[in-house]
Amino acid sequence: MHQHSRTGVNDFAVKLANVNGTGSASANGLLMQAIFRMGIPVSGKNLFPSNIQGLPTWYEIRVNKNRYTARALEYDLMVAMNAQTYARDIREVRSGGYVLYDSSWPLERSLWRDDVNFLPIPLAEMCNSRFHDARERTLMKNISYAGALVAFLGIDMQIVEGLLAEKFAGKKTLRESNRDALRIGYEYAVKHFACPLPFHLERMDANRDKILIDGNTAAALGCLYAGATVAAWYPITPSTSVMDAFRRFCEKYRRDPDTGRNNYLILQAEDELAAVGMVIGACWNGARAFTATSGPGISLMNELLGLAYYSEIPAVLIDVQRVGPSTGMPTRTQQADLMECAYASHGDTKHILLFPANPAECFEFAVKSFDLAERFQTPVIMLSDLDIGMNDWVVPQLTWDDSYRPDRGRILSEADLQKLPAFYRYSNEDENHVTPRTLPGVHAKGAYVTRGSGHNKLGGYTEAPEEYQQVLDRLARKQKAAANAVPSPKISSGRNAIGVVTIGGCDPAVREALDLLAERGIDADYMRICGFPFHKSIEEFLYAHDICFIVEQNRDAQLRSLLVLETCVPKDRLRSVLVYGGFPLSARSVVDSITRQLPV
Amino acid sequence: MPSIVKPVARHPSLQKNELGLTIRDYEGSMSTLCAGCGHDSITAAIIRALWEIAMPPHMLAKMSGIGCSSKTPAYFASGAHGFNSAHGRMPAITTGAAAANRDITYIGVSGDGDSLSIGLGHMCHAIRRNVRMVYIIENNGVYGLTKGQFSASADVGSKSKRGEANQVLPIDPVTLALSIGASFVARGFSGDKERLVPILKAAFAHRGLALVDVISPCVTFNDHSGSTKSYLYTRQNELKAAEADFVPLQTEIVAAIREQGVTAVTMHDGSIVRFRSVPQEYDPTDRQKVMNYLLEKQGSGEIVTGLLFVDETISSLHEQNNTSETPLSQVPYGELCPGALELEQLQHEFK
Ligand SMILES: Cc1ncc(C[n+]2csc(CCOP(=O)(O)OP(=O)(O)O)c2C)c(N)n1
Ligand code: SF4
Ligand SMILES: [Mg+2]
Repeated sequence: MHQHSRTGVNDFAVKLANVNGTGSASANGLLMQAIFRMGIPVSGKNLFPSNIQGLPTWYEIRVNKNRYTARALEYDLMVAMNAQTYARDIREVRSGGYVLYDSSWPLERSLWRDDVNFLPIPLAEMCNSRFHDARERTLMKNISYAGALVAFLGIDMQIVEGLLAEKFAGKKTLRESNRDALRIGYEYAVKHFACPLPFHLERMDANRDKILIDGNTAAALGCLYAGATVAAWYPITPSTSVMDAFRRFCEKYRRDPDTGRNNYLILQAEDELAAVGMVIGACWNGARAFTATSGPGISLMNELLGLAYYSEIPAVLIDVQRVGPSTGMPTRTQQADLMECAYASHGDTKHILLFPANPAECFEFAVKSFDLAERFQTPVIMLSDLDIGMNDWVVPQLTWDDSYRPDRGRILSEADLQKLPAFYRYSNEDENHVTPRTLPGVHAKGAYVTRGSGHNKLGGYTEAPEEYQQVLDRLARKQKAAANAVPSPKISSGRNAIGVVTIGGCDPAVREALDLLAERGIDADYMRICGFPFHKSIEEFLYAHDICFIVEQNRDAQLRSLLVLETCVPKDRLRSVLVYGGFPLSARSVVDSITRQLPV
Repeated sequence: MPSIVKPVARHPSLQKNELGLTIRDYEGSMSTLCAGCGHDSITAAIIRALWEIAMPPHMLAKMSGIGCSSKTPAYFASGAHGFNSAHGRMPAITTGAAAANRDITYIGVSGDGDSLSIGLGHMCHAIRRNVRMVYIIENNGVYGLTKGQFSASADVGSKSKRGEANQVLPIDPVTLALSIGASFVARGFSGDKERLVPILKAAFAHRGLALVDVISPCVTFNDHSGSTKSYLYTRQNELKAAEADFVPLQTEIVAAIREQGVTAVTMHDGSIVRFRSVPQEYDPTDRQKVMNYLLEKQGSGEIVTGLLFVDETISSLHEQNNTSETPLSQVPYGELCPGALELEQLQHEFK
């Protein structure tokens, strides 16, 4: 009954409305991290514009002792710091909720609501008298509202000050300004209002062995641990921070202590065509290489994805999805690249896809991507999205098994080649229908011409129908075999007649929705798909239910389309729940859509 | 298999090079290009150069895009890996390959369509990165494989086989490369193997990207009187600016005959390239002067051939990135993975 008991301890949502480029991110991050350190389940969603300065931006913090941390749609407290958006921000607060605003300027009467409580604090006025530099005044105003929230929400001040001390270690003046700003807000709140508010925080112990991390950083760590040495990319939101993080980790861990030389090379390519070309060239030559991009980049990479598929070269791509089509909304989230990635490129192509649901899986699946790409000698695309990639999520601490060895797939060594009477690139398939490859520089016997033009099983050029088909048919068998190697779906089944199926970052919202539906007497089973081609258990799940709701974040029901195409399940059993406006999914949208579609 | 069977280019000499290989060991499969195609002559020059420098075939990688020209890597060095990739993408793919393994010698064979239109951006950026590779443009002024459309290197007024004259200004890969900081630029003529071989050998000795533009007439679509990339036109208008004598390190002393007007350039691998300059004052290390000279000759319709520019001081891709000496593809996994303990520690940042 959590929906009804909200507004209690450790169960509420705060929305912070700011102006982009004013430095609010650090104040909001500070609050998130402090709540996390109090041991309470929390999530933060950054709803930001495609702009560097001036447009409205929001940050939502949801605290929930029962670990429901999908985006909330109802706010208990609005921190209204952007006069441009006062009207809609004040409208969004639930009845009985609170609005904190900067009372240095009066609030227009028309914005007043009788059913909410206003918390006026003259933040600008106070900061202007304490700080003198214009830039500092703006930055510190943010920290001062954070200070007020420390009082209103019962955040542990010691934790906050500890965080500031860590952040500004060795920067005494900065640390002191921040602490002063924090106190300005805190003291004003304590003096003028009853603190804490009825909904507030109390320490828990839910975050032991947990971390607060975004998916792009976790994916970069996965690439580091998988042993990737070459990375090529072209900057694009929301994937840029994958490479930023990879570079940061490489600078720390990939400099040879003896020689001072780098055991990595990051290429900022001239475009995405080049980025994927570089990855393919490096993988062809035996390195583990990857690129990170978003939908527009995948569009450009299509041609060479077909080359890698057909000539059987491994490649790892991380697609951090954003809203399309075209430039779309670059800073908003969606899951609308499924179809494009599944069959990217002309001709009969099909690719291995992995769908992480959170940053922990970004780490795990990134490593898996390299193993699969090399095992199956084919591109692997890991589809993350902006919500997973750029927001901080509370996930179990990442762990590593030191006995891990990269699965390099079938590569012939010099000794192997010496033993062979002759080498033919596309012959001698194994149980996965993979044939051994050779690398340049090993032995002249392994030499052959890799080509995207028609080739036969010997690796020679061909235009003969049977020879061409023979290779193409093996590729189809290989893709089938890959279905057993991709991460299997996460299923929780109680043999109900209704199934709910989803993918990626919808996971927390859908799981919360299932609990809410259960409260209303609607029981449903759950399946989250983690990879493509589809494992046979996916088809079995679909068959085992009278109807399945396929929840996804795109207009055209792309996951449902893939299920219709790639399984034999009758179409009419699969219903859609589609939310694609660009903000992270919330449980309410799922519940509303499912209940609307169910017969009463 | 192609329906027309042609003989493999055979060389009479079965003399052995330092590796004990004969020139036949550098041949590839039978060419499927039109008889008389300039590209086949370039292939023969490449074979000769590889044999002369005693390149271990398995340490060579032959990269190409798509086009008649891009097919040719199959016709030489069958002991080397080849990658006949996608139209225009060869420079990007080679950049990635070179990033992964710096021990391999890369030869990229491209066409004027491949490099000056669809892949122009990739070519320019490979030049800027100074990827260590020999980059050959087999330049015929047309798209051979798609049957004779003008390419971006067709000169204004140059006539197609059907008689229409090209109206748009050409892109000259030589001056373009010079303007974006190329470290090695040369131009040859497929019909003049004697001079092409030493240029190629010098290119292989270069530490960065060696761009070699080779005028290579397309006998089927662009070898008629109206063409400026025909055998006849090129022979008549060719102006040899700087002939390269390539002197490998091993024979340096023997061949170091002093000559008037010779500029010796020591290559990264220690070998010396000597420019016999025509005119006397031609200095292949002065970018500005080379550029002026080329533009001047271009204005009067002369095609300057030879090793036109070289600068051995420009840092290469791996130098720019301070990459380990060990090829990245061969660094043991143990040196790449920070391990479980470190993963635990680094996560303090996320608490
Ligand atoms: C993406 C793409 N577009 C078009 C083509 C068709 N195509 C093949 S070769 C070629 C032109 C080749 O010209 P060039 O590089 O000058 O080579 P040449 O045949 O003249 O040696 C074109 C346009 C292709 N293969 N790929
Ligand atoms: S069409 Fe032209 S370029 Fe192509 S093979 Fe024939 S002569 Fe050579
Ligand atoms: Mg051409």
